[in-house]
Amino acid sequence: MTESAFAGGNVGVVTPARFTHLEPFVLKCGATLPGFELIYETYGELNSTATNAVLICHALSGHHHAAGVHQEGDEKPGWWNTCIGPGKPIDTNRFFVIALNNIGGCHGSTGPCSPKPDDSGMYGPDFPVVSVEDWVHSQARLADHLGVRTFAAVIGGSLGGMQALQWAMDYPDRVRNAIVIAAAPKLTAQNIAFNEIARHAITSDHQFAGGHYRESGINPDVGLALARMIGHVTYLSASGMGKRFGRQIKSGDPRAGADVEFQVQSYLRYQGQTFSRQFDANTYVLMTRALDLYDPAADFGDDLVAAVARAKADFLLISFTSDWRFPVERSEEIVHALLRGRKNVSHAIIDSEHGHDSFLLPLPRYLDVLGTYLRRVHAEIEADAT
Amino acid sequence: MRPDLQIIADLISPSARVLDLGCGEGDLLAWLRHDKGVNGYGMDVDPANITTCLDKGVNVIEHDLDDGLADFADDAFDMVVMTETLQSVRFPDVLLGEMLRIGKECIVTFPNFGHWRCRLYLGLHGRMPVVKHLPNTWFNTPNIRLCTFDDFEQLCRQQRYQIIERFVVGSDYLSHPLANAMPNLFGTIAFYRLGRPA
Repeated sequence: MTESAFAGGNVGVVTPARFTHLEPFVLKCGATLPGFELIYETYGELNSTATNAVLICHALSGHHHAAGVHQEGDEKPGWWNTCIGPGKPIDTNRFFVIALNNIGGCHGSTGPCSPKPDDSGMYGPDFPVVSVEDWVHSQARLADHLGVRTFAAVIGGSLGGMQALQWAMDYPDRVRNAIVIAAAPKLTAQNIAFNEIARHAITSDHQFAGGHYRESGINPDVGLALARMIGHVTYLSASGMGKRFGRQIKSGDPRAGADVEFQVQSYLRYQGQTFSRQFDANTYVLMTRALDLYDPAADFGDDLVAAVARAKADFLLISFTSDWRFPVERSEEIVHALLRGRKNVSHAIIDSEHGHDSFLLPLPRYLDVLGTYLRRVHAEIEADAT
Repeated sequence: MRPDLQIIADLISPSARVLDLGCGEGDLLAWLRHDKGVNGYGMDVDPANITTCLDKGVNVIEHDLDDGLADFADDAFDMVVMTETLQSVRFPDVLLGEMLRIGKECIVTFPNFGHWRCRLYLGLHGRMPVVKHLPNTWFNTPNIRLCTFDDFEQLCRQQRYQIIERFVVGSDYLSHPLANAMPNLFGTIAFYRLGRPA
């Protein structure tokens, strides 16, 4: 495999910023937040005509720290550092990139860990049900605050891809390009089933305490870890796991039996434990519900073509061959709805054995497709300016 | 632009919705967009071609033609184009039917296996022709469904497709008197514009 032309550099040290929306914000579920706070980061510079902004929408467990590091020596850069940076596909020399933590999140935006407006403690499990549409509307308020009227592109993978799609429908005049990666137009019964297992693992942990674990100084570590483990398996592929772990033994004697630990066991446990220390259980429940409930065609007689009719953006869909959480066919559903709606749309299918997680990985062809498309997006912005 | 694409471009009306099957680097669609304001879609299976199309701003859908076109709606396009690809798909008859389902008309081009050079090669050598316009050997050729112009027209008659227009050219994509007089013997490439059964 040859290296991508979009390997690029790093954005360096970044400092998160906060946006406070002081007016009441009505959610799709009918509840009203008296206001909200979003934590966000930006990379690159907004041009004088404010036409070069790109919005990054995060997936289930993502957040605002998408690129760079918070301080020199940070072990891990932002979650999408492979794609965002100078010379990278989302080129910070060309674009003003905004990444945020969505409402309901647990990385600094208003969510279950925030205090209730009446100061009666934190929201916890009482945080209202949030939706992809709510996120899109709150992101639009952030864009207003940052002086961005129209995005050159709204980009997201997985649940983030659903937000990119929704942006194109809810704000047709504010999105020039929607880049929808490893996504689906709605979840299948199987997708919802996996989310339910994850939620059940969390809520049935006695340390969940009906969602009021923080007040008691406990945390449903076991449940959260289980939820992450089941999720993680769905993000990988059988062949990918086979190549990475095979039947390698981490410890113990396979002939003796009971004390054997396979590499894959150890890996999953580690992933689960790390996650349970970093992620809030109520947020996990909230985010998976938002995923389950997302169905943009529901208000249009289950007709996705009618749902996307409003959109004016050009679309790029990217899917991955071994993704069985949101397989290629799910992206094709979106592609065909857009085709029938006579929208500009392209679809690239990246050959990868890394399953759903592929969208986070530096796969050369993936970077080339994304980078090539965005280079042209930038060229069109420049051409419009002259 | 390649002369064969120019011939096709001239057959497409400015307001048409176009799908180009096996669009390659998207030259036809890029030209149609710039010069005729036609916003079409390309389809290809080659990763390098997909990237090139994206670079040109051509809508391109990655899809293997051998997987069929079942997901496309009836009448989705005014014109479905397929240049020199018919001879390398698994089920050309099915594909033609699909092209005329999703498109009101289609343009198909393919090389003539009845060309005198092919006939002469097979006649003289007793081996599968390796000629200027079909340079591969039998075991590595992508052209698994070679046919003559007459074969193709027989299929069209059988399926009752309308042959609205036909151009026959030489390997230089130019019209020749001999090729016009006896296309199945002297024509190298044919362009067929087909319509649905009358």
